[in-house]
Amino acid sequence: MTAIGNRQSSIGRSRVAVVIALGLMVAAAVRAIVFTPVEANQGVAQKIFYIHVPSAWVAFLAFGVVGVCSVLFLVLRDARLDRIAASSAEVGVVFTTGVLLTGPIWARPIWGVWWTWDMRLTSTLFLWFVYFGYLVLRGAVLEPGQRARFSAVLGVLGAALVPFIHLSVYLFRTAHPRPVVLNIEGPQLPGVMLLTLMISLAAFTLFYLALLWQRYAQASIAEAKTEEAARA
Amino acid sequence: MSLVRESLLIAGKDLRLELRSRTAVLSAFVFAVLVLAIFNFARDATVIGALDLAPGVLWVTFCFAGLLGLNRAFALERENRTLDGLLMAPVSRTSLFAGKALANLAVVALVEGAALPLFALFFGADLRPVIWPLLGVIALATIGFVLLGTLLSAIAVSTRFAELLLPILSLPLLVPPIIAAVQLTSRLLAQRPFVELAPWLRLLVAYDIVVLVITLLTFEYTLDE
Repeated sequence: MTAIGNRQSSIGRSRVAVVIALGLMVAAAVRAIVFTPVEANQGVAQKIFYIHVPSAWVAFLAFGVVGVCSVLFLVLRDARLDRIAASSAEVGVVFTTGVLLTGPIWARPIWGVWWTWDMRLTSTLFLWFVYFGYLVLRGAVLEPGQRARFSAVLGVLGAALVPFIHLSVYLFRTAHPRPVVLNIEGPQLPGVMLLTLMISLAAFTLFYLALLWQRYAQASIAEAKTEEAARA
Repeated sequence: MSLVRESLLIAGKDLRLELRSRTAVLSAFVFAVLVLAIFNFARDATVIGALDLAPGVLWVTFCFAGLLGLNRAFALERENRTLDGLLMAPVSRTSLFAGKALANLAVVALVEGAALPLFALFFGADLRPVIWPLLGVIALATIGFVLLGTLLSAIAVSTRFAELLLPILSLPLLVPPIIAAVQLTSRLLAQRPFVELAPWLRLLVAYDIVVLVITLLTFEYTLDE
């Protein structure tokens, strides 16, 4: 009982973290909208940049964590790694959905179309498919040990093949703007905008960590309760 | 017994079963012809030339028919719980998996080989001048397809909705070989020079190698312990 009690308080703490991260995100949004100058060419539409790019960053971070935890799970067989991978994949899919929703809203006024088969749009869509499949697989296997092994194999496959998807779609075609921050000539963004982006990135990353923590705590409780039920 | 002999034995068992029932190969082949025929209605013949659409149609057909064939390998063992027997048999896991992959390769290759002439017929494509390079491209794409498909079908078969899960898991990961194979096929049919094929060939070979390595490292986790 104490084990579950401990975990319940862990959920409580993770909720506090989620609220703090949300507050920071609101602050970053206020800074982006009110205190950051309007971009000369794109006008107000460019503001979505401060949500779109951090979401994409979090998605990549989350799926990177899935890949690393999957490899480590196959080596170490620690159930905690499986729970982290599962929680991270869930949060990652949510943020990828965010990227795919904010992208068209931005594309419509700037490119004139909601959707185009540009390289990064296409590879983000397939990224979503890969990890959506990962979550479907987790839902389709009932036995925890088997579920952990199967998902880890898929996690490894995803981490290794997503670069191939990216490359093949890149060879196919691209029209997306080149990176403005991680550019070989250094960031090409005015200082104020760069700072706003950095604050936004930090807030989104914290939000990711808080959500990951909360999902992990919930998964731990679910597992403990299943074990308890099995023992009873 | 050596690894090669064991895996050939497993593959032989699967193919013998297939030869006696002929369910997978035959239905996958008919399915392939059906897809080729239905694509006929996706094209306005006055606007789009048959050869403009042909490479894409060929690979969509191969891919869907191949997935049908792949479901077979482990579904067969699951029906009568014979996988437990196979796992207890004195053969290594490696040869078990290699045997399954070999049988899958044979089934998919057979379906592709049978559908290719019909593709040429339906789309009025003269494949004779490029047949050897085209077969090479088909072989490269099929190897990666079958390796990934065998690994994922071993996973999908033990889940609650096996038939649906295999395409959901495999299609996104199969995007690179599909794009590469379509690009290579259309360039071959247009008789483009080799320099235009090289980047896609490199991609296809690299994909096969990476999938082979991951398969070798992880297949054991997909078989029950």
